[in-house]
Amino acid sequence: MAETEVPNEVHTHEGHAAGHAGGHGAHHAPTGFIRKYIFSIDHKVIGIQYLLLALFSVILGMLMSVLMRMKMTWPEHAWPVLGTLFPEGAPGGVMTPEFYLSLVTMHGTMMVFFVLTTAPQGGFGNYFLPIQIGADDMAFPYLNMLSFWITFLGLAVLVAAIFASGGSVIGPTGGWTGYAPLSAVGHLFNVPGQDMGVNLWVISIAIFCVASLLGALNFIVTLLNLRTKGMSLMRMPLTCWAWFTTAVLALLSFPVLLAAGVLLFLDHNAGTSFFVPGGLSNGTVVLDHSGGSPILWQHLFWFFGHPEVYIAILPGMGATSHILSTFARKPIFGYRAMVFAMFAIGLLGFFVWGHHMFISGMSPLTSAAFSVLTLSIGVPSAIKTFNWLGTLWGARIRFTTPMLFAIGFVSLFVAGGITGLVLGQSSLDLSMHDTYFVLAHFHLVMGVAAIFGMFAGTYFWFPKMFGRMMNETLGKIHFWPTMIGVYAIFIPMHAMGMVGLPRRYSQFYEIIDGKMVWIYNFNKPTHALIHFVTWAAIITVAVQFLFVFNFFWSMFKGKKASDNPWEATTLEWVTATPPPHDNFGGRVPVVYRGAYEFGVPGAPEDFVLQTTPDESGPNVAYAAEEQGTGNGHNGRG
Amino acid sequence: MSTEAHVGRLPATEWDGGALPYRVGHRKLGMWLFIVSDAMTFSAMLIAYSYARVSSDSWPTPFPFYPSIIFSTTMTLFLLASSFTMVMAVRASAHNRLRAARRWIGATMVGGLAFLVLHLIEWEHLIHDGLRPFRLAGEWVEKWPEAPPLFGASFFAITGLHMFHVLTGVLYLGFIALRITKTRHEDVEISGLYWHFVDLVWMFVFPLIYLMSVDFSG
Repeated sequence: MAETEVPNEVHTHEGHAAGHAGGHGAHHAPTGFIRKYIFSIDHKVIGIQYLLLALFSVILGMLMSVLMRMKMTWPEHAWPVLGTLFPEGAPGGVMTPEFYLSLVTMHGTMMVFFVLTTAPQGGFGNYFLPIQIGADDMAFPYLNMLSFWITFLGLAVLVAAIFASGGSVIGPTGGWTGYAPLSAVGHLFNVPGQDMGVNLWVISIAIFCVASLLGALNFIVTLLNLRTKGMSLMRMPLTCWAWFTTAVLALLSFPVLLAAGVLLFLDHNAGTSFFVPGGLSNGTVVLDHSGGSPILWQHLFWFFGHPEVYIAILPGMGATSHILSTFARKPIFGYRAMVFAMFAIGLLGFFVWGHHMFISGMSPLTSAAFSVLTLSIGVPSAIKTFNWLGTLWGARIRFTTPMLFAIGFVSLFVAGGITGLVLGQSSLDLSMHDTYFVLAHFHLVMGVAAIFGMFAGTYFWFPKMFGRMMNETLGKIHFWPTMIGVYAIFIPMHAMGMVGLPRRYSQFYEIIDGKMVWIYNFNKPTHALIHFVTWAAIITVAVQFLFVFNFFWSMFKGKKASDNPWEATTLEWVTATPPPHDNFGGRVPVVYRGAYEFGVPGAPEDFVLQTTPDESGPNVAYAAEEQGTGNGHNGRG
Repeated sequence: MSTEAHVGRLPATEWDGGALPYRVGHRKLGMWLFIVSDAMTFSAMLIAYSYARVSSDSWPTPFPFYPSIIFSTTMTLFLLASSFTMVMAVRASAHNRLRAARRWIGATMVGGLAFLVLHLIEWEHLIHDGLRPFRLAGEWVEKWPEAPPLFGASFFAITGLHMFHVLTGVLYLGFIALRITKTRHEDVEISGLYWHFVDLVWMFVFPLIYLMSVDFSG
């Protein structure tokens, strides 16, 4: 079938790119450096490119958060280095409030878009989704390459915003949510960072939207069309389900942000008033704009924004399920329930955006509806949590580093998710809104938990990706301070929020005549906690460089990895380490069983590979009758 | 697909791997997904427009039946006709009548181009009347003094985005027509999907932007 063209319409092909005539599928391994490592169409290379892009962004975003903590903790302290680096943003080394706000914006944008959205999906998803379903690449390899480079362009534009914002700030000052009217007309009032800063910021996001929806489309087609023989939907690893659900969310939500971004761009540059109400004034100038609604921006933004938080967390859930099962040496508890819960979370995620807008003046009835829908997400979330616990129950757990991070994910997801039930109630949210309570909630549940999912994924899949094990001792030294550290940062923030400490303030007190004068006296009790959190953050951030070191050191000096070092069951462990260009070396795996067959009675080992036809026999990578034929694989040969 | 030896051991429906569950190739499925996501973009735009309109006390209804609506209906008919010719093109391609397919695609492109030209003439008129993204035409302000300046903003943004899609579609069809002998039938069909989608979007834009803005006062 590989060589004979099948004329009917069912025939698949991947000669999708312009000029790629004919329907022949498998592309050959590239030889030149540029085609192999830069403009590669190999999903594995693209996956690693996404991971490196995210690593760059996360380091930048993390350093920004340290600067923010430094500003709010020692608001008047002069840091000579900063004075040299940002003569206007930190004159004399003291950061200005505007500089702080631009840090907030860039930290949020970097982290949400270029870390939480790219690494779990674009990175791990790209690398492992095709392998886990037994395909030799994505459905559209050129489109895949294009998605990465468009994402890269988006990041470049965002970094350009740092330099084009006028020196006194490093970007817009309105936060990653870019609320109008500040984002739309702030430049008319000469607010720093709101001119070119906003322009580049919104262009960057629009570019990112295009890249994401092209990527999502590719993921969905790949998963539906390229599953190998026997890989029925309910035999797929939960990681694949997670990437699939995430792709569906991205496909439906990013276009809305794209539209909103276009309208914001028009407001900002063409004088339209979609998001600008009439009569705006700063006391001296009254704007011409009228008739628009800032709430409209909030609706459009959060219609994207809420699914976006699931885009960030779902791949982490998938990786956690995958890893917990592997190191508990037990099948995942309630596989089907896990799949349906994930889809339920994704579906409900589209109907809850209003809970970000409880204080926007919406009708209490609307609030109530959003509230009920929001709280109902607790049900599938609880299903997932209890199934993870059920998987661990009575297991002889192998406490490897990836396992520790996966357990950490469950812990953080519960700790961060539980406060979602608090904030999801409009009556409580009215007083909690815009405090550190919210900050703590979403950082734990979508920030740190998702990052833990990535850590777990990195430690788990690193041997497959680079052919060497990451150092376990360093990994554990990385895990414990990180686990304790993130809780030390974010648990006190709940208390600070309940005291009423507001978000986005660059400082909470001033030093006047050597005395500390608080802006709000009721914030005074948080003083010690602010210091504590900052020190915890500095230590936790410092520990992360252990991970970075371990990552690059192990790439060259790590212990050589076998093909299946964790004794896992899914297809990525069937193939060589690292996988050849076409993933399975010209052969095609055939799947005979579900993804998590650990401890099968009568099997010679405590795990049975998905490709093993007879569980009482030894594990085999390729069933005998399939070897070397390449038949039955989508007609792609 | 050719090895049926494992039916006993392997699940055997099209959803169970090794087959195309929707019986369509990657590109066609990809185009459907693109259409879904593009529909979301247009929905967001149209909802933004509706939101602005509903939340305004007053909104201009400036289009007289003649010439505005007659003119825009003509545009619509050109687009509808081009959908018909596209159907014929796909049919011809299915029967492997490639020259006919190429001619029908050509006719489709002519319909699309006619739409574009008429649309630009209409834009030109409105701009000449003084309509801008940031302000209403002078006469309209007298007639609807309370109206916000958002008519031009939403009109130009939404029809502009649609126009961009039509233009892309014409170029896309041109590409397909040029390479019709080397193009698989499914790819002709896919270009048809895109074209019909662009028409379908207009079937939402036309009533929401034009028919709801008819000036009944004469």
